[in-house]
Parts: sequence; C-alpha cells; structure tokens
Amino acid sequence: MTELRTTALHDRHEALGASFTDFGGWLMPVRYSSDLAEHHAVRTAAGLFDISHMAEFAVEGAEAAAFLDYALAGAVSPMRVGKAKYSLVLAESGGIVDDVIVYRIADHRFLVIANAGNRDAVASAFRERVGDFEVELEDHTDGMSLIAVQGPAARAVVEATAGIADVAPAFADLGYYAWSSGSFEGAPLFVARTGYTGEDGFELLVPNPVAPTLWDALLAAGEPLGLVPAGLAARDTLRLEAGMPLYGHELSLDIVPAQAGLGRVVAVDKDDFVGKAGLAAVVVPDAPVLVGLVCDGRRAGRAGYAVFDATEAETPVGEITSGALSPTLGHPIAMAFVSPAASAPGTELFIDVRGTRIPATVTDLPFYRRNK
Amino acid sequence: MTDLTALKYTAEHEWVALDGDVATVGITSYAADKLGDVVFVELPAVGSSVTAATVVGEIESTKSVGELYAPLTGEVVAVNDAVVDDPSLVNADPFGAGWLVKITVDPASVADLLDRDAYISLTGGAE
Repeated sequence: MTELRTTALHDRHEALGASFTDFGGWLMPVRYSSDLAEHHAVRTAAGLFDISHMAEFAVEGAEAAAFLDYALAGAVSPMRVGKAKYSLVLAESGGIVDDVIVYRIADHRFLVIANAGNRDAVASAFRERVGDFEVELEDHTDGMSLIAVQGPAARAVVEATAGIADVAPAFADLGYYAWSSGSFEGAPLFVARTGYTGEDGFELLVPNPVAPTLWDALLAAGEPLGLVPAGLAARDTLRLEAGMPLYGHELSLDIVPAQAGLGRVVAVDKDDFVGKAGLAAVVVPDAPVLVGLVCDGRRAGRAGYAVFDATEAETPVGEITSGALSPTLGHPIAMAFVSPAASAPGTELFIDVRGTRIPATVTDLPFYRRNK
Repeated sequence: MTDLTALKYTAEHEWVALDGDVATVGITSYAADKLGDVVFVELPAVGSSVTAATVVGEIESTKSVGELYAPLTGEVVAVNDAVVDDPSLVNADPFGAGWLVKITVDPASVADLLDRDAYISLTGGAE
C-alpha cells in the first residue's frame, strides 16, 4: 500500500479532532465533529475546508493561451486577465480526463487547478499536448496549500482575517469566478471567488509555510461569525445539493460532456482541440444522460444503485452516481445516468434500495440554489 | 450512564446489556463515529424472531449504510421509537438513549460474545 500524503495543515486537523479518510491518495479530514452540523454551518454561516490535495499547474509562455485552447475543451484565449473558468480535459475519444478551473493570471500565464486523484493524468495529458507550443508547465501542488472559506458569511470572514493585506480587487469588488492577488504575512496570496458548495465563497492559495498560520487566522476571525472547520463529508453533500459533478462519480473517461450536461463547456467552434474529433464521431443515440432524482421519506439511493421505470421492470433504465439524504432539503436526492427516454423532468422512476423499489421523480439540477 | 464494563460486544460493533433474559442492543461509539451522522434507522418489528448474526435492520448516515445484526437469537420485545424519530441519538448517546432493540434471549448465549477488553483490542483502542 502506498503511503497516504498529508497536507501542511494535518496537525491542525488532528488538534481539532478530525476523522480522516483516503481521498485521491491523500489523508484528508472527513469530518471534525458532525458532518450535518458542518453542512448546515456552510449553508447558514461559513465553513473552512482544507483542499490542499487539489493539484495546481502553472502554464506560462507566449503560446500559453493557444496551448490551453488545444489541451482543454473550453475557449481559453478569450478569457480576460483576472477571470476564472470551469473547463474539462478531454481524451481523444471525447471522454473526460478531469474537470478543472483555469485562472488567467496574465496574458501569457495561467493557473489550472485539477482534482487530486487526476493529478498524474492531467500532468501527462498536458505534457503530451505541448508539442511545438511555446509553453512551460510547472506542477506547484507540493509547495502550495489551498483553503476554502464557503458560506454566506465567507466575505465577512476573509475581510476580518488578520494578516491578509493588499487584496486587489478588494473582496467586496471581486466577482464570482474571478481572482485577486494579495499577501498574507508577507507571503503571496491568491484568492479566487470560487467553490464547490453552492454558496458564496473564496479559495485561498498560499505557500505551505504560511498555511497553518492562515488557517488559524481564518478560524479566529470566523468563529464569532459562525465559521466551523468542515470535512469532505460535508463538502460532498453540499456539492451534491448544488448539482455539481464529482469526478469518478458523474464524470469519467466513459462519459462525454453532453451526457453530463456539460455540453456548454465545450467550445466546438474552436479550430482544434483534443477530443474534438472523438466527440464528432460519437453519436450514440441512446447514451444515458445525467439527471437529478428526488424521493420522499428518508432512505437514500446511493452510488451504484439501479434505477427502473416500473416496480416490476427487470432491466434498469439507469444507475445512481451520487446520492444522500439532503441535509438542507430533508428528503433524499441523487444524481443518476438514465436513458434519454426516462430523463424528462417529472418522469416517475424507481430506485432499487437494497431490494426495495422506492419511487423517485426526475428533476432539474441543481437541487439547491442559494438566494443571491 | 451505562456501565460499559458490564457490556458484551460483537465483531459487528454492537453492544449488549443483559438484564435477566432481556438483552438491550445498540451500536458502539466506535461504530457511530465511523458511520458519521446517522440520519435513518430501520429496526425489526416488535414480536419478530431474530437469529444471531443475521441482518435485522439498517443504520444510514449521510455517507454510508450500516447493517444491524442480531447479536443473539431471540424475540424482539421492544424497539427504540425515539431513535427512529431522531436518529441523531445514535451519535449523541450510543450506549444510552441511542439503544436500538430489546430481545429476549437465552442468558447463557451471551457468553459467546466478546467482553470489553476483547472488543477494544478488536478496534485498536476505541469502544
């Protein structure tokens, strides 16, 4: 067994009494006390997440934008400096290697944040795609820590945090999917108004040596505002309510973007990009599509459970990829890939929950949308 | 407060408190911690017969599903409706208010279960 990696904040998590889990090869906090309390704190106040397991790649050079136009599914070159964009790394087949966020740091410099478990796959995809592009790739994951502050009080928390200085644009002026630079205790600070919870929030990237101090400062500033440290269990139920896909569940090499409702992420008009030919060739008329399912009661469908269109049907019409009893909504929710014929909102389906077929209704995603 | 030293345990992380021929059954604090916040509990019907080491109920947390095994063979004489209404009792007080079922058993059969020291060595120090 490979030794699990730990983040620069590991001793902080231990001191806070966290339980840990293996996530993408990293030993990460799954919860500190109660995952439900952590979930509710993010919806009503704020939560503090260590997401340093995520991978950061710097892409720099005269042809950095052109390279990313080729290596990613989206149109990167029209992005303005200061903005962020959700994108996909596709395989030649059109299947999904990873979902990422791209930040334009300068005309010729970008930051790409990828999933921990796909760090190697993204690194090797980028290396293979460099070809003749005038671009340098650097993996900064090992030296950087990423801390997320999420929830309606997130802005008040970061504004009140001692040691954060020179943030430009100021937190109040920073738009969603945009970033600021600043400093923390003399170290460079990168802040993006992004997240994975369906709430307002910020993701703060700093060099490892100052990460524990930043964590402590955020907790101290946030405590009076209701901020609590939150683990991956809460992060998962939050992103599920927000209808956000998780790689390995809703996204994989066997899924093309349109199936997962991500057709809009693919800039099909681009001259060329990896996956373009594959997507054009893939015409599977009955390919399953991602839908939301809601149920009454409290028994939740889980990843891998079969979905049927009748109580007595023998052949499933689909399969759940993520499911839980929604802490915010109080009823079970799930994301599932189902055949197109069963995918219209309002369609009545059944989830096989360990031998019992439970009625479920197809619904639009997301399940939860914050009041802005 | 339940006297933990008087309890018996199973490898499926249940505890058993015997009073005469009535065994009160719950899951251990270790099991509750591993599950995370319990959000749904399904218990066997009062009056039903249960067989040792078979699945008689379910305990679901936000993250996962745990099965409740009958620790002993017998008849269910009571279930904890409070925990069905408020599953968080399993996390808040697993050895007390979070009890799950009461079963009439042959008191001698309790001898087959683990004692506290054996259970703690099984979990590597937790109970």
